[in-house]
Amino acid sequence: MRENKDIRVVVGMSGGVDSSVAALLLKEQGYDVVGIFMKNWDDTDEFGVCTATEDFDDVVRVCNQLDIPYYSVNFEKQYWDKVFTYFLDEYKAGRTPNPDVMCNKEIKFKAFLDYALDLGADYLATGHYAQVREEDGKIEMLRGVDSNKDQTYFLNQLTSDVLEKVMFPLGHLPKSKVRKIASEHGLATATKKDSTGICFIGERNFKEFLSEYLPAQPGEMQTLAGEVKGKHDGLMYYTIGQRQGLGIGGSGDPWFVVGKNLKDNILYVEQGFSNESLYSDELVATDLNWINPEVVSNEFTCTAKFRYRQEDSAVTVEKLENGNVRVIFAESQRAITPGQAVVFYDGEVCLGGGTIDKVIKKDHVLDYVG
Amino acid sequence: MEHIYLDHAATTPMDKRVIEAMVPIYEEVFGNPSSVHAYGRKARQLLDEARRTLAKSIHANEKEIIFTSGGTEADNLALIGTALANKHKGNHIITTNIEHHATLHTAEYLEKEGFKVTYLPVQDNGKIDIIDLKKALKHDTILVSVMYVNNETGIIQPIEEIGELLKDHQAYFHTDAVQAYGSIEIDVDKLGVDLLSVSAHKINGPKGIGFLYARESIKLNALQFGGEQERKRRPGTENVVGVIGFKTAVELMVKERESRNEKYEAFRQQFLQVLKEENITFDINGKIDSTIPSIINISFSGTNVEKLLANFDLSGVAASSGSACTAGSVEPSHVLSAIYGANNPCTTNSIRFSFGAANTTENVVEAAHRVAKIIKRLVK
Repeated sequence: MRENKDIRVVVGMSGGVDSSVAALLLKEQGYDVVGIFMKNWDDTDEFGVCTATEDFDDVVRVCNQLDIPYYSVNFEKQYWDKVFTYFLDEYKAGRTPNPDVMCNKEIKFKAFLDYALDLGADYLATGHYAQVREEDGKIEMLRGVDSNKDQTYFLNQLTSDVLEKVMFPLGHLPKSKVRKIASEHGLATATKKDSTGICFIGERNFKEFLSEYLPAQPGEMQTLAGEVKGKHDGLMYYTIGQRQGLGIGGSGDPWFVVGKNLKDNILYVEQGFSNESLYSDELVATDLNWINPEVVSNEFTCTAKFRYRQEDSAVTVEKLENGNVRVIFAESQRAITPGQAVVFYDGEVCLGGGTIDKVIKKDHVLDYVG
Repeated sequence: MEHIYLDHAATTPMDKRVIEAMVPIYEEVFGNPSSVHAYGRKARQLLDEARRTLAKSIHANEKEIIFTSGGTEADNLALIGTALANKHKGNHIITTNIEHHATLHTAEYLEKEGFKVTYLPVQDNGKIDIIDLKKALKHDTILVSVMYVNNETGIIQPIEEIGELLKDHQAYFHTDAVQAYGSIEIDVDKLGVDLLSVSAHKINGPKGIGFLYARESIKLNALQFGGEQERKRRPGTENVVGVIGFKTAVELMVKERESRNEKYEAFRQQFLQVLKEENITFDINGKIDSTIPSIINISFSGTNVEKLLANFDLSGVAASSGSACTAGSVEPSHVLSAIYGANNPCTTNSIRFSFGAANTTENVVEAAHRVAKIIKRLVK
C-alpha cells in the first residue's frame, strides 16, 4: 500500500477559497501536494493590470502558507480554440452555450490533467463540489453534499477514465464549512468573495463583452402571431425565458422571451411567466457522455436537470440510433434552452449528460425555440 | 532528495567568508558614516577602504564608485542620470534588444520622456555587429549602453571594440557588467567604458548592494535627493554592512576568478557530457567559446519551459529561463527572440543552467541525470 506522502496530487488553484481549502485538506492528509494556477484568458487592461496576476498572487500566498510548491501554466490558446470558439459559434447559431461545461471537458480535465500527469501526478484535484467513488469496480461521480453548491451539472462530460485520476476534496463539505476551515487556518483567501459569472467575462457587462466579438444585428420583437412589440438589440443577447431588458410597456403580465427566428432576425416574446409557449414536454440532446455507459440501457427513467441549480425533474430517456437521446418529461417543463446541458441522475449518482438541441411539444419540434 | 542549485546567474549563495566579515560590522560598527564623531568615522573608514578595493577591481579611481542598491539601480542611474544631464548635447540613445530589463525598461521610459532610442539587433551568434552600431551613431547620440555578458545566454559582447569606436564620439559608453564581473577581469580604461554596473549578489556577496562606476569626467544627474552621500549622486545613509560584504566577495573573487572559471567550465562540460551519454537531443544557444563558463543555455525541442522548470524543481533541480512565466503568462525570451526570431520554438523551450559555488562534480552530474530522465519522459 502506497503511503499518501508518495502520492502526488496536483491541485488546480484559482486563487479562490474553494481550491485553497482543497489543497489544505490534501496537505493535511499527507499527500505530496503541488499547486498549479491555470491561466486561460488574458484580460490585461490598458494599464497592464490583469486579474490573473492578483489571483496568482493569492495562489502564491496560500501555497506558501501550506508550504507546497506552486507553478503556473498557460492554456490561453487551447481555451480560445476549444472553449471560446465554441462559445461564439453557439451564440451565432442563436443558442445559449455553457462554456463552463466545455472548459471542464476540454481544458481542466483534459489539457490540464495531461499537464498534471506530465508533472508526475497520480491525481488531479480541484475545488469542485462533487464526489468520486468506486462502487463495484466502477468509478462514479456523485453530487456534492452541499446541494446548493453541487457542480456535477458542469462536470457531466467527464468520463470514468478521467474521474479515476480525479479528487474532489470538498465534495463532502458544505460551503459554509469550507469558509470556516479557511478562516480557522488563516488562509489568505478565507474572505475572498466567490467569482461570479463566466470566467472570461468576470464582472464586466455581458452585452458589452459579446459585442466586441460578434456584430449585433438589431431587429424586431414579435409575438408568435406576428404582432410587432418593439426592437431587440441582437438575438444573441437574449435567452429563452428571459424577462429583463425587453422594455415592452403596457398593461397586463410582464413579457418574456419565448424564442428566436435566426433567419429573419426576430425575437419572439409572449406575455406571462407561465405562458403556454414557454412549455414543452420533450427534448433531443446531442453530444452525450455516459460516465459508465454499461449501466445505461436503451430506455430508462431517471431524474434530470436542464439548468444549473434547478430542482431535478423525472424523465424517461430513450437512446436514438444516431447516439442522441430523446428525453421525455414526466411533467411539462418551462424554458428549455438549446445549447444548455441536460444532466441525468440516478439518486445521488450523476449518469452523464448532453447538450439540448431540439425542444418538442406534442410531438412537434418547437422551431421558434431554435 | 538532495536539492541541486544550477541557477547562479539568478543569484549566488553567500560565501561563508563574506558572512564572517559582515557579522562583526553588524555587531560593532553601527555608526553613520556622515557623523562627526568616532562612531561615524569608524564606519566611514571601512566604507572608504571598501570603495578603494572595488575601484581597484576594475582599475578605476575610488571617486568613481557610486554605491547603489544593486544592478538595477545602477543601470537606472546610468541611463536616466546621463540622459537628463546631457540633454543639451542631444537626445539619442543606443542600446541593444538583448539587454536586461533593468536597461530595456529604463530605455523605454526615456522614450516616453522624449528621448529617441535605437535598439540594435544581434547577429545569429548573439553579438551585435559593430557596423550596425557605426550606422546607428548620430551626432546627437549621447549614450550607448551595451551589456557585457548576457544573463540568459552568457554570450560576451565586443565591449572593447565598442569602446574603441566611441573614443572619438561625444556619446558616453555604459555597460551592464552584472553578469560579467565574476568571470572577466575588467579594466575600464582598456575597455573605454564611462559607466559600468555591478551587483554583489551575483558574486557570492549580499543582496541589496551594488555599484555604478561613473568616470570622473562625466555629467550625471541624481535620481534621488537628500544628503551629501555618494557626492550627492546617490544620497541616503550607506549600507555599510552590505558594502563590507561586497568588498570581501570582490577580494575573494579577484583572487579566485581564474580557478573558478576553470572549475565552472569543467562542470559545464560534465553536464553536457551526461546529456550526450543519455542520448538527449538538445541545442546550445550561443557558441561555447563566446560565452562565460558558468552559463549554458540549452534548447530542448518538443518541450516548453513551464513544464520543464516545474519538473526540474519537483526533482530538486533549480534552473531558470529567460521566458517569464509568472501568473501563467509565457512570454518568449526576448534575448532568444532577438537571436533566432520571435517564432523560433527555442524561445519557449530553452533552459539556462548556471554553475557556481553551490556545485560539485557529483551534484552537477546527478543534476544532469535528473534532467535527462525528465526530458526522456516528456519527449516521446
